[in-house]
Amino acid sequence: MKLLILGANSDVAHAISKKFAKEKKCDLYLASRDMALLEKKTRDIKARYDVDATAVSFDAVDYSSHKDFYERLDPKPDGVILAFGYLGDQIKAQEKFSEAKTVIESNYMGAVSILEIIAGDFEKRGSGFIIGISSVAGDRGRQSNYIYGSAKGAVSLYLGGLRNRLSKKNIHVMTVLPGFMRTKMTQNLELPEKLMAEPDEAAEDIYRAYKKKRNIIYTKWFWKYIMLIIRNIPEPIFKRMSM
Amino acid sequence: MEITGWGNYPVIQADGFSFETTDQLNHFLKKTDTCIAYGMGRSYGDSALNHRVVFSRRLDKILDFDSKQGVVTCESGVTLADIINTYLPGGWFLTVTPGTKFITAGGAVASDVHGKNHHKAGCFCESVICFDIMLPDGSIVACNRENNPDLFRATCGGMGLTGIILTVTLKLQPVKSSNIRETIMRCQNLDVVFDLFERYESTTYSVAWIDCQAKGENIGRSVLMVGEHADSGNLAPPAVKPSISIPFNFPGFCLNRYSISVFNHLYFRKNPGYESGRIVSLDTFFYPLDAIDMWNRIYGKNGFTQYQLVLPKAASLKGLRAILEKIASAGMGSFLAVLKLFGRENDNYLSFPMEGYTLALDFKMQPGLFPFLDILDAIVLDHGGRLYLTKDVRMKRDVFINGYPRWKEFERLRTQEHMKDKFNSLQSIRLEI
Repeated sequence: MKLLILGANSDVAHAISKKFAKEKKCDLYLASRDMALLEKKTRDIKARYDVDATAVSFDAVDYSSHKDFYERLDPKPDGVILAFGYLGDQIKAQEKFSEAKTVIESNYMGAVSILEIIAGDFEKRGSGFIIGISSVAGDRGRQSNYIYGSAKGAVSLYLGGLRNRLSKKNIHVMTVLPGFMRTKMTQNLELPEKLMAEPDEAAEDIYRAYKKKRNIIYTKWFWKYIMLIIRNIPEPIFKRMSM
Repeated sequence: MEITGWGNYPVIQADGFSFETTDQLNHFLKKTDTCIAYGMGRSYGDSALNHRVVFSRRLDKILDFDSKQGVVTCESGVTLADIINTYLPGGWFLTVTPGTKFITAGGAVASDVHGKNHHKAGCFCESVICFDIMLPDGSIVACNRENNPDLFRATCGGMGLTGIILTVTLKLQPVKSSNIRETIMRCQNLDVVFDLFERYESTTYSVAWIDCQAKGENIGRSVLMVGEHADSGNLAPPAVKPSISIPFNFPGFCLNRYSISVFNHLYFRKNPGYESGRIVSLDTFFYPLDAIDMWNRIYGKNGFTQYQLVLPKAASLKGLRAILEKIASAGMGSFLAVLKLFGRENDNYLSFPMEGYTLALDFKMQPGLFPFLDILDAIVLDHGGRLYLTKDVRMKRDVFINGYPRWKEFERLRTQEHMKDKFNSLQSIRLEI
């Protein structure tokens, strides 16, 4: 089995890469921008699991390169994990559209661009699976991160539609909604310690859900209930809260 | 942020810097004044503490593995647990392991840690083939015994004071099983346990748990455990999660001389007079305390210190008897005391082990403790011994320089390479090294 990891330099992506390499002994394409870092992660996978791993350069917002990028992969992957994302700075994004644009493009537009190419190929081949990492931030707009949240919300909607379309071809699409994780994306934020998860824990959850062919999963599990409550607070009350 | 060592004392405010690439670290070192590397925070005292710390935990990649030779190259933030979990299924285990696997490879080098096979295999750095280190000016230097031998000897056991270790290349040992064949012997006093340690010198692993509250005839009452790797059995990696966790700091009064005495008594009684050929897992044999997550919290929020000394072999019996007498009569009690016979010392400037007996015991932080430990220090120095820097949080400069005669060579290198301007811990400041 050959797996393509998009955004492989992220901490969660690397934990997922390790989990799949360990459990499925699958070969990997690790795709991201920073090739030096990617090279290191490739070596890590190879040294640990005796599988093949190849670093490939990929830029989520360089849409015009996506078709070429995918065509050059030989053999084609049997599954893809989309793990790139950019948290950005909410305040900066409110003040400067360029920041908001980067958040929206690198989370949402990049995902649509590359996944449509891959979905088309999977559909033609009649096999494959897609795991997309969105975020609990996309479940409801909140003042503290609604630019990022709206981009991730769009990713969740997009994945839902893709799942609907590809289920007819027996291609599984899974949406992953992580809560707070201890990664480089969140290292400068003050977050509640009790709700934090390690990337390895998320990778475990994701692998288990993949085996069970789940459609939508929260990681860690309790986010399902936290978000259930948050989604159900009536808007007249919610708008007055500071979240 | 607040940081502390494994002893939960002292707790200080610090700025932490996390990095993933050498460029990021280089950039940081250029603009920072003084800092020290911090890995898993398992050093007991203040040797990894400063108001600016460099977290190495993001350097957690394994870079290469030679499955024929059992040679692994990893980044310095990789933990020993990670190495074991990854390579034990293939029949490889650490050549030298300390009593916890939750430390980083970089930390193991910086403390030149030792284990139950020190008398046969020496310190951790004996299994280190080479390492890369970043110096104060941001340059990266590859070190082994031939290239940059001074820097190698200074860094192995050098408490992170020579630079930031980036990668470590390490020789693993082949094993046929993830089990240990263990023999346990109850020893009535110090003479008996010394005698047995020497009789079992050819056995690969040996360590004794010692009851520090036994008095008179019974001084040095202990349980000696020796072991060899089993010849057969599975190579399943050990369980990932600790089975029990201490969720919060225990109230201070939980540990006192009576509860400790009961514990030690039960521990001594629990073990049979002699039992041979018992098969136990690697985890049980090497890392009994790793099974209790955050066991350091049992000492309460004021924390504790571990006092580890070594005395030259010839002076060990007399010296240890004097020290154990002092401890038993002071009633300051120790939950855990470990006794071991070390093999020959290596030529690293600040490595702790020397040929002789080492004793390690915990003391809960309490009024009067430090003056009491000063008294023990004097006995240690009188007998030609020294204290382990990785455990220390309070020794004075003269105790250090008397115990480590090669400190001058260390100091010279540190001055010459401008390491003193860049790499300092609260410990190095206290000891003026």
